[in-house]
Amino acid sequence: MEMLKKFSGSSLFLPVVALTVLLIFNTLFVDGFLTIQMTEDGHLYGRLVDILNRSCSLIILALGMTFVIATSGIDISVGAVVAISAAVVCTLIGGRGDGVAEMPMTVAMLAAVGVGVLCGMWNGLLVAKFKIQAVVATLILMTAGRGVAQLMTEGQIITVYYKPFEYIAGFLPNMPLPTNIFIALAMVLLVAVLMKKTSIGLFVQSVGINPTAARYAGINVTMVIFLVYAFSGLCAGVSGLIESSLIRAADANNAGLNMEMDAILAVALGGTLLSGGKFYVGGSVIGAITIQTLTTTMYALGVSADQLPVVKAAAVIIICLIQSKKAQEMFDKWKASRHSQQKNDNKAVFGKAVKQL
Amino acid sequence: MAQALLEMRHITKEFPGVRALSNVDFTLHAGEIHSLMGENGAGKSTLVKVLTGVYPRDGGTVFLNGKAINPKTPKDAQDCGISTVYQEVNLCSNLTVAENIFIGREPRKFGMIDWKTINQRAAELLAKLDVHIDVTKTLDNYSVALQQMIAIARAVDVDAKILILDEPTSSLNEEETAHLFKIMRQLQKQGLGIIFISHFLDQIYEICDHITVLRNGELVGAYETAKLPRLELIAKMVGKDLNEVKDMDNFAEKSVPSDEVFLEAKGIGAVGKLNEVDVQIHKGEVIGFAGLLGSGRTETAELLFGINEINKGSLSINGKKLHLKNPMNAMEQKIGFCPEDRKLSGIIGDLSVRENIILAMQAKDGILRHIPYEEQVKIADDCIKLLRIKVSSREQLVKNLSGGNQQKVIIARWLATQPDLLILDEPTRGIDVGTKTEIQKMAISLAKKKGMAVVFISSEMDEMVRTCTKLVVMRDRRKVAELTGSDISSDGVMKAIAGGAA
Repeated sequence: MEMLKKFSGSSLFLPVVALTVLLIFNTLFVDGFLTIQMTEDGHLYGRLVDILNRSCSLIILALGMTFVIATSGIDISVGAVVAISAAVVCTLIGGRGDGVAEMPMTVAMLAAVGVGVLCGMWNGLLVAKFKIQAVVATLILMTAGRGVAQLMTEGQIITVYYKPFEYIAGFLPNMPLPTNIFIALAMVLLVAVLMKKTSIGLFVQSVGINPTAARYAGINVTMVIFLVYAFSGLCAGVSGLIESSLIRAADANNAGLNMEMDAILAVALGGTLLSGGKFYVGGSVIGAITIQTLTTTMYALGVSADQLPVVKAAAVIIICLIQSKKAQEMFDKWKASRHSQQKNDNKAVFGKAVKQL
Repeated sequence: MAQALLEMRHITKEFPGVRALSNVDFTLHAGEIHSLMGENGAGKSTLVKVLTGVYPRDGGTVFLNGKAINPKTPKDAQDCGISTVYQEVNLCSNLTVAENIFIGREPRKFGMIDWKTINQRAAELLAKLDVHIDVTKTLDNYSVALQQMIAIARAVDVDAKILILDEPTSSLNEEETAHLFKIMRQLQKQGLGIIFISHFLDQIYEICDHITVLRNGELVGAYETAKLPRLELIAKMVGKDLNEVKDMDNFAEKSVPSDEVFLEAKGIGAVGKLNEVDVQIHKGEVIGFAGLLGSGRTETAELLFGINEINKGSLSINGKKLHLKNPMNAMEQKIGFCPEDRKLSGIIGDLSVRENIILAMQAKDGILRHIPYEEQVKIADDCIKLLRIKVSSREQLVKNLSGGNQQKVIIARWLATQPDLLILDEPTRGIDVGTKTEIQKMAISLAKKKGMAVVFISSEMDEMVRTCTKLVVMRDRRKVAELTGSDISSDGVMKAIAGGAA
């Protein structure tokens, strides 16, 4: 009981509850939701594995986004940076039909992530140094980024036939889970270590809550803001690898499309306020999984991809209302007024009874 | 006496939680230049804004030429004949001078704007004010001073009876100010009533006939300038009786400064912020920066802490010449700074007391050398005990503490970095009396026991007199006097602030 009380007060409570509700719903209404099977070559498969698999790139994006939002900024360019990263890795490996890579895959991957970091640094430069509003600054890359990706791929969708490229979002031989789950796990661990072993958490929160006071306390506010955007770029770069590996191609128009919105949503669902300040990395991760679970659920129930946004929106409204302080206050008031009304009713009944006596 | 041009009676204005004006009377006669005086927050601008219809008043009446008026918007007020020229010129810099003067009331001919008349009349109008410029050029061709003249020309031309000048001289040089005063005298002769607001005492005494003093939203009194010595004026502004001022000095044993100089500033200044200040700070010394708000005390402190860059004069710390580019540079020299505005630039409200305390220390150590949690707890607990900060736990959010305890948390933040120089800017503002004394005593004991140098900035004269071994007195963004030993008295400070004419 004591533990339950503690947990209900924690920041992770609501995101976990939302996810649990979704999972229970799935278990009841989707056949074989919890079933996990193993194929002959030792890979696990099933809806749960699928959800995890598909949420990896979103989890990674949400990690970067969490820090950006904590500094009271926002990065709406991540979807486009995913496309750029995908274009870089696919162009470098090349689309040769004989399945030979033009450049070693490691080099191509590092280059793609590097370009992602550069994009993030560009955003960081605009926001931190030139004090351009975050939405506007990242809007530049959001709109221009896909054009840059198009330029790299020369307007083509580059399909990669080099076999190992599949491994990023697929299974390495003899591994039970797809590689991208391990990549996402590694990124989460990286952030956890950063949070534990450095003061990045304290600095980011200080900058997000009161940048003037942070500066007066000696924190290099410009540098902190620059770094969070650079890190968001890094995350988008890594996501780009996964997204392109999933379809084994670089599609400049569709890779990472609208993912920035999902990433922001994941952060919000995780309990981090868009006004900045306190942030919850764990919440963001769960938020990302929740969004993917919702998507998978809808597909399982036969909702078409076109109608999906409507259902998603409805779910989001509900989750956001649950988290909203104002809504909670209103609910409490309503409950209280009902309660007192009931009491009055009781009194009236009691009064009548006394009179009758 | 003739009927007053403007009479404001029992004006009251409340904002949520504060009474900005209570029961204030103000009278202005035609052909009079009248100054509103008071420290920041005394209610000067609120009174002006009530008069010009920016704020609705919560009580009281306003009579203009004996007729009750109730302007609800600045336009209403202007129609009544009350014109205002604000500190920041609010004209359109991309329009011509003539357009600016006649915008919204352009003379017309056959339904079309009559440009010839506009330009001609604008030129005439300005010529009356002894300003001879090309009125067909856009406004941004002219200096701020000229723009102000143009704003006045516009204000006067709309049939003004009352002209309000809100800090018009703060961005003007001496020559430009002299020109403005000439114009003001000219308008005065024409029978206008002028309300003049300024922080510069010399200017007030040069131009104004009457002075109305406000303090904490209340009327202190209205006086004839000639019969109100400067010293008395300041006493009234800060709310001390002159005799009381003279004998509340001498508090606990002060610290004894060592001969060792920690910091020496020669003629430091920054454009638009500070003109010129010399300061020498010794180890083990509590030095006070005295002066009215806006006199340059805070600006000096900010330069010493690298918040703004010094672009004039030289600064040396421990005998080494330095240029501080940011707070971190100052922190590396073991300087700490508790800023004036606790909420805005001091506390990180949503973080815990512990996090707020270790913040500066962590910033100094760098992002990678994370102070282990156990050590943070120890530092925080030590500080809480040492400064007797009242908290429910060290994890309590700072925003939920009282003002005095928030102040202590920020002082703790700097003490944790073990500074050689601690700058306290208004550390006792808005704090209960008990905590005030505690902070004053702490400043002294830091200097005495640890040999720390402390800069103490406060608007409360008696506080400075009690704690400081040396006082740097400032006025109009420059140092005007330095008091030591027995010269340190409220009386002496007031005299120094008031300037030679006291």
